[in-house]
Amino acid sequence: MKTHQHDVIILGAGGAGLMAALYASRTVRVAVISKLYPTRSHTGAALGGIGAALGNEEEDHWEWHAFDTVKGGDYLTDQDAAEILAREAIDAVIELEHMGLPFDRTKEGKIAQRRFGGHTNNVTGKPVRRACHAADRTGHMILQTLYQQCIKNNVTFFDEFHVVDLIMNGDKPAGAVAVCLRDGSLHLFHAKAIVFATGGWGKCWEVTSNAHSMTGDGAAIAFRNGIPLEDMEFFQFHPTGLYPTGFLITEGVRGEGGVLINGRGERFMERYAPKVKDLASRDVISRAIAIELREGRGIKGGRYLYLDLTPETVRRYKAEAGENADYYTPEYIETKLAETCDQGRTYAGIDPVTEPLPIQPTAHYAMGGIPTNVNAEVIADSTNRVIPGLYAAGECACVSVHGANRLGTNSLVDLIVFGRRAGLRAAEYARDASFVSMPSDAGRKIESELNRIRTSNGSTRPYVLRKKMQSTMQDMVGVFRNGKDMQKALDIIRELRREFATNIRIDDRGSTFNTDVLEAWELGCLLELAEVTTFSALNRTESRGAHAREDYEKRDDQNWLKHTLVYRNGEEGLRVDYKPVVITQYQPKERVY
Amino acid sequence: MQATIRIRRFNPEKDKKPYWATYTLQDCEPTNRVLELLHRIKWEIDGTLTLRRSCAQGICGSDAMRINGRNRLACKVLLQEFGENPKIQVEPILGLPVIKDLVVDMEPFFAHYRAVMPYLVNDSPPPIGPDGKPRERLQSPEARARYDDTTKCILCAACTTSCPSFWANGAYVGPAAIVQAHRFIFDDRDQLLQERLDVLADPDGVWRCRTVYNCTPACPRGIQVTQAIGEVKRAIRAGKRDY
Repeated sequence: MKTHQHDVIILGAGGAGLMAALYASRTVRVAVISKLYPTRSHTGAALGGIGAALGNEEEDHWEWHAFDTVKGGDYLTDQDAAEILAREAIDAVIELEHMGLPFDRTKEGKIAQRRFGGHTNNVTGKPVRRACHAADRTGHMILQTLYQQCIKNNVTFFDEFHVVDLIMNGDKPAGAVAVCLRDGSLHLFHAKAIVFATGGWGKCWEVTSNAHSMTGDGAAIAFRNGIPLEDMEFFQFHPTGLYPTGFLITEGVRGEGGVLINGRGERFMERYAPKVKDLASRDVISRAIAIELREGRGIKGGRYLYLDLTPETVRRYKAEAGENADYYTPEYIETKLAETCDQGRTYAGIDPVTEPLPIQPTAHYAMGGIPTNVNAEVIADSTNRVIPGLYAAGECACVSVHGANRLGTNSLVDLIVFGRRAGLRAAEYARDASFVSMPSDAGRKIESELNRIRTSNGSTRPYVLRKKMQSTMQDMVGVFRNGKDMQKALDIIRELRREFATNIRIDDRGSTFNTDVLEAWELGCLLELAEVTTFSALNRTESRGAHAREDYEKRDDQNWLKHTLVYRNGEEGLRVDYKPVVITQYQPKERVY
Repeated sequence: MQATIRIRRFNPEKDKKPYWATYTLQDCEPTNRVLELLHRIKWEIDGTLTLRRSCAQGICGSDAMRINGRNRLACKVLLQEFGENPKIQVEPILGLPVIKDLVVDMEPFFAHYRAVMPYLVNDSPPPIGPDGKPRERLQSPEARARYDDTTKCILCAACTTSCPSFWANGAYVGPAAIVQAHRFIFDDRDQLLQERLDVLADPDGVWRCRTVYNCTPACPRGIQVTQAIGEVKRAIRAGKRDY
């Protein structure tokens, strides 16, 4: 195996990884290792905006952003982390602008901001314009801008190198193992500090906004190496996935005035969130949609509702609210929601300027993940013991800044703020630390696992297992859950894991660009995370944020105001532990929108 | 309905040269995307079929390929456009070396991209707000609109690999790199204008464009590529941004 040596290696090249790379590479030797070309990363699919209390359009304060984040997270958010997120968001957005990010502009030439779900004026309770945006392709522009800056700063990239394991020497991280897609060779990356920035695992579900590559590799790798996973029961379903594909339709549509309509033509969110209506937080709206569908109020009796952004409808509701809406013209929609228009026309055959879009909730974002402190350092247990040299940021990490439910725009804030912290802290650590020596058998375990997959000659094609996992998670670990179904789901997933380990069939035995083998390996990651998710969800006997149990309908602060940590316990077993929520100034109270 | 797909295949470990393989799929829907059909072949019939893909919704730029003779993103082409019994031909984009099946070597493409210095340069100190902290550089909505179209580029290479000038001479930077340069040339916050124009005035720069117009219809993002190239040419002639 070829060995490379760098002070810091960054696993993944989405927003968090690139931000970490930019900062770490200022002082130490850095390599970014990514299974995709960096600009293919899923940060590029983020649409509507990045939240920061710039106050460019109206009064706003970072303290309001922090509170909204805590409330949005249903009080499971660590409040020190939310304060950092909201405060540093302002500098981070300004810095992105300096890097060249083409934000939309106000008349005065400042960064333009729009409304988004759960972001409010804390005095009036009304939605506030906080989401800084570049049309409705903000994530694309962030990804492009960060990659551009990495090129400017000569950051070293290993593109299309698929990271498949950590290298541990005892309990000390020494590096990572990656497969070079082009020729199938295994490479050892020896490093003082390792940053996980590998993204989420929406592909556990059938209907998802996530890319095919969102298979949770980093979280699964960490977990297999003894690191716990935090709050895995909290997975966000975005209310407006396009029907039937599940592709994301941005919340920015509702921020601009779009409304949700049921089969009776009602703006039903008025019943569920009287104050902010269609701009309630995502868990609240996804549940409302699920209830509308369950009670037979889908469009024409189908499994979808409408998201209406036509000028006629939006102007009518804005007039009702006493707002001027003269600016809301077809041209305005084409400019501000260009991607949405393209998506509707391409994938639904519907022009959103003239007709409402069919939507359904779609699996979107992992609130849980690799536990870290506010410096992006990975922690090993409930005492917050730091694992020296190991960092995580972005969706794969759980700081926990999103608690039980993430607010829209906060994923982009998270990866900029905590990606930067990860890069800075990793570099600082690497400057003083020495390399942990490589064990003589480094990479051998994963090499034999990949060989097992490559030569497997069973009877089940991996996609069969993947489909079964996805439909199981969709039906039994979705917007609403209950103990009975989740136990069934857990049994099914464990059976699928056994099948995966013993009876899969692979066609491609070659070494060049063998995605047959790597897709199967990714399935192993998904199965592992699906198991932990279901186990965690079954364990938490309350409803909070995105975790809504039909058999435990209330939030239970007495027993459950705490984070879940799950560890692998032997091959088959899982072990659960807990960690207190950090509360600074916002005492938990009932959550009403 | 039934769909027939003919795929240009090549495995360097087995094949001396590329060949066509034909697959027939039942139970296809008019709303299926070509990418879904390729996945069905890979997952259900032959796991050795190799392609790049990620987002499957037209934003990551991984799955540009030549579909019925035109460069498209496989995730953005729906079966319905091919009629009742669709017959589809899929091959790798042209002008870049094939690694395996539909996967080509993207390195030459990204080398051209890097050559145009695709990053904003502005070394003057940023404005300071009332709280003493840096603020954004102001830019009017009109100035922002000037380069809006070219910010949409996802580096899928559909334009560059549809260009006969690029096929003829791989040293030509190609439409995508010029689109990327355009995005900075017409951004009034950027301070590297002259250097950018110099790079593109190189013999392998913008003048290799013969305005064949293949690139514009090839762009899955609807960017007016040929127009952007024309604007860069005019800026080079004038030696300034607002020619």
